[in-house]
Amino acid sequence: MLLLLLGIAAVPGSLIPQRRVNPQAVSLWQADHPTLAPWVDTLGGFNVYGSAWFSAIYLLLMISLVGCVLPRVRIYARALSAKPPSVPRNLSRLPSSGQMRVGATPERIADRAVSILRRRGYRVVLRREQGVEELSAQRGYLREAGNLLFHLSLIVVLVAFAVGDLFGFRGGAVVLTSQTFANSRQSYDEFVPGTFFDADRLDPFLLTVSDFEASFLPTGQPSEFRAAVSYKSAPDAVSQDSTLEVNDPVDIDSTSIFLVGNGYAPVVTVRDGTGAVVYSGPTVFLPKDTTYASSGVIKVPDAEPTPLGFDGEFLPTYFESPQGAVSSQFPDILAPVLSLTVYRGDLGLGSGVPQSVYRLDKSSLDPVVDDSGAPITLTLPLGRARRLPGGLGTIRFDSVQRWTKLQISSTPAEPWALGGSVLGMLGLTMSLYVRPRRMWVRVQGVDAGSAVQVGGLDRAGGRDLDRAVEQLIRDLTEVQA
Amino acid sequence: MNPAGNAELSNVAVMLAAVLYTLAFLAHVAEWSLTREPSTMMRSSSDRRVEFFGRLGISLTCFAFVFHVGGVALRGAAAGRVPWGNMYEFTLTGSAAAVGIYLLLLRLRPIRWLGLPMTLVAMVMLMLAVLVLDVPAGPLVPALQSYWLYIHVSAALLATGAFTVGALASVLFLVRRRAEERGAANSGLSARLPDSETIDRYAGRLHAFAFPVWTFAALVAGPIWARYAWGRYWGWDPKEVWAFITWVAYAGYLHARATAGWRGSRAAVLALVGFATLWFNFIGVNFFISGLHSYAGK
Repeated sequence: MLLLLLGIAAVPGSLIPQRRVNPQAVSLWQADHPTLAPWVDTLGGFNVYGSAWFSAIYLLLMISLVGCVLPRVRIYARALSAKPPSVPRNLSRLPSSGQMRVGATPERIADRAVSILRRRGYRVVLRREQGVEELSAQRGYLREAGNLLFHLSLIVVLVAFAVGDLFGFRGGAVVLTSQTFANSRQSYDEFVPGTFFDADRLDPFLLTVSDFEASFLPTGQPSEFRAAVSYKSAPDAVSQDSTLEVNDPVDIDSTSIFLVGNGYAPVVTVRDGTGAVVYSGPTVFLPKDTTYASSGVIKVPDAEPTPLGFDGEFLPTYFESPQGAVSSQFPDILAPVLSLTVYRGDLGLGSGVPQSVYRLDKSSLDPVVDDSGAPITLTLPLGRARRLPGGLGTIRFDSVQRWTKLQISSTPAEPWALGGSVLGMLGLTMSLYVRPRRMWVRVQGVDAGSAVQVGGLDRAGGRDLDRAVEQLIRDLTEVQA
Repeated sequence: MNPAGNAELSNVAVMLAAVLYTLAFLAHVAEWSLTREPSTMMRSSSDRRVEFFGRLGISLTCFAFVFHVGGVALRGAAAGRVPWGNMYEFTLTGSAAAVGIYLLLLRLRPIRWLGLPMTLVAMVMLMLAVLVLDVPAGPLVPALQSYWLYIHVSAALLATGAFTVGALASVLFLVRRRAEERGAANSGLSARLPDSETIDRYAGRLHAFAFPVWTFAALVAGPIWARYAWGRYWGWDPKEVWAFITWVAYAGYLHARATAGWRGSRAAVLALVGFATLWFNFIGVNFFISGLHSYAGK
C-alpha cells in the first residue's frame, strides 16, 4: 500500500521540472506560472524527491517493510525446521487424490514412495504404526525464501539509495582541452551535494583533458565523442592516461567522471583604444542546437577608454542565406565564424552581485554604433581582425578550442544497490515460479497386499497437480510384490 | 542489398503485416458473431463455420507475424543496428513481441479467445507506428552506443509485449466477471470467453512472466546503464519515475492476487493501471515531458 503511495507521490516530480535535475527548467516554469509557482515551491514541488513528505513516505515504507519481513523470517525459520504436516484423515477430500491396491507389502510400498518423493525434491517424513504407513511430503520451501529474499533486498536497495543520495554529490564542470581540473569545490560550475556530504572528503585528484575528438556523419549526426585524459589521483601521485567516452566513464578512487557534453571555445584577442592587449584567450560558448551554433559573451572590463562587452554567436560552419539569415550548416569546424554585437559602458562586474559568464547585463551598456547610427554586428572569420569604430580598439579571432563538460560524482553504497537489486531479482523469480506442494500417502495392509491412498495439495494454484498424483500412483503400482 | 532498399522493403513488409492483421481481426469477428453455443472457444467448436473462421484468423495472424518480423529484421539491416533505436522501431518490435508471445502461448494452450483483441491491438499499433511515429532509418547517436542498449531495451520490449497480452487477458477477465456477476455469462460478448477463473489464471501467468523481466529492464539494467552514461544509477528522470510507477502498479497487482479481498476484479484493475502507466511512459513521456531519454523519441 505504501509502495503504491510512493508511486503516486513520484508522479508530480515527473511533470514539474526538478531543481536537482534541471535548474534552468525550474526558472522557466516559475516564469510561466507566476501564481502557481510559490505554492508549488512551498509544497516542495521543485524538489519532490528531497521533500519532507516524500522522505516521510520513504521512511514509513522502510519501517513497514522491516516490521513485516523480520517476523516472517522468524516464522520461516521455524517452518524450515518443522516436519511436513501429518496425513489428513480423509485424503479423498483433497483437491487431487487417488487410490489403488497392489500386491506388495505396505513397508515396501512406503519405502519406495519415500525414495521416489525424495528424488523429486520433497522433504519426506514417514510414520509407521500398527500396519499403517503414513507418509507426508512437502516441497517448494524456496518460494517463501525467495519472497523474503526479495523483500530483504528491497530494504537493502532502499537503504543504499538513501545513503548514496545523502552522502554523495554530483557536480559539473566545463574543462577546456589541455586545461587541468583540480577536484575542489571551487572548480565546479555546479555542485549538488547530498544532505550529509562533507566537502573535505573530495578525492584530491587532478585531471587534464589532453585531447578531444568529435566525429560526425555527413548528415551532421554525431557518431563519436572521445576525450583523451591524464590524471593523478593526488597532486604527488604518478600520472595515468585514459580515455573518456560517452557511456565509458573514468573512475578515480570513489569518484567517477563522465563525459556529458562538449562545445567550442573561440580564442580571441582584444586590444583597446590605447593598443594594449586587454583580453586574450578562449571563451566558452554554449551550443544551442545540433549544428553547434553556440552563443556566448566576452567581457572586457579593463578596456580603455570604455569597458567593452561582446554578445553573439559562434558558427562552426558559417552559412548565409540569400535573405541574409546566418546559421551553422554542420557541427564540425569547416568555416568557423564569430558573429558579435558590441556593447560599451558599465559591465556591472563591480556591483558585487554574482553574474553569469554566459550573459551580459545590458542595463548600463549601450550598443556600439556605426556612422549611420545603427548598432554594428561584427562577422569575424577565423584568423581575421576588425577595428571597432570610434577608436575603441580591435578584436581578432585567433583560433578555436574545444571544451568538454564533465559530470563528476560520487555515490556511496553503489555496490550495495547493485547487489541488492540482483538478489532481489533472484528472490522475485523464486517467489513467482517455485510452487510449494504437499503430498500424502497412506498405505494399509489388506489381504496379501496393500491399499494405497495418495493425496496432493498445491498452495499456489498449479495445473499439473493431478498429473503428479497420477504419476506417483503409477510408479507405486510397479513395485514388485 | 543496400540499406535504402532494405528500409523500403521493411516498410512494405510492415504494411502487408498490418493488412493481414486486419484480415485476421475480421476473421475473428466473424468467428465471434457466428458463435451460438456458449463457451465453445475453449476447445474446437462443433460449428464448422465458427471453426473455419477461427482457424482462418490464426493462420492470417501467423502470416502477418512472419511479415511483421521480416519488417523488423529488414529495418535493423537498413539501420545497421538493432531495430529499437527510436519510438517507431520500439512500437514495431514491441508489437511483434506481443504477437510472438500470443502465438507461442496459443501453441501450448487453447487461448483462441485472445485472438480478436490481439489482432486488433497489433493492427492499431502498426498503424500508429507507420502513420504517427515513422522516422527514416539511421545509425545511433553516441549516447545510445552501448551494449546496454541490447540488454536494457530488449528486456523492456519483451516485458512490454507480455504486459500487453496480459492486459488483454485482464480486460476480458473483467468483461467475463461482470457478466458472471449479473448472471449473464452465457449471453452476449462474454459467452465467447472461458470462465473468469481460467482467464484470470492466464492473466496472472503472463504478468508473473513479464514482471521480473520488467524489473530487470527498468530497475537493474536501466540503472546500470544510467550509471555509465549519466553518472548516476537513479536520478528521477521522468522516464525513470514512470518506469518505477509502472513497476509499483504491477507489484501491487501481484500482491493483490495473493491478498484476500483484492483478488479478482480489483487486482485486474491494478494491472490495467500498470498497463496505462507503461504506455504513458512510452508515448506520453516522450511527447510531453523532456528528459534524458528524449533522444528515443519523435
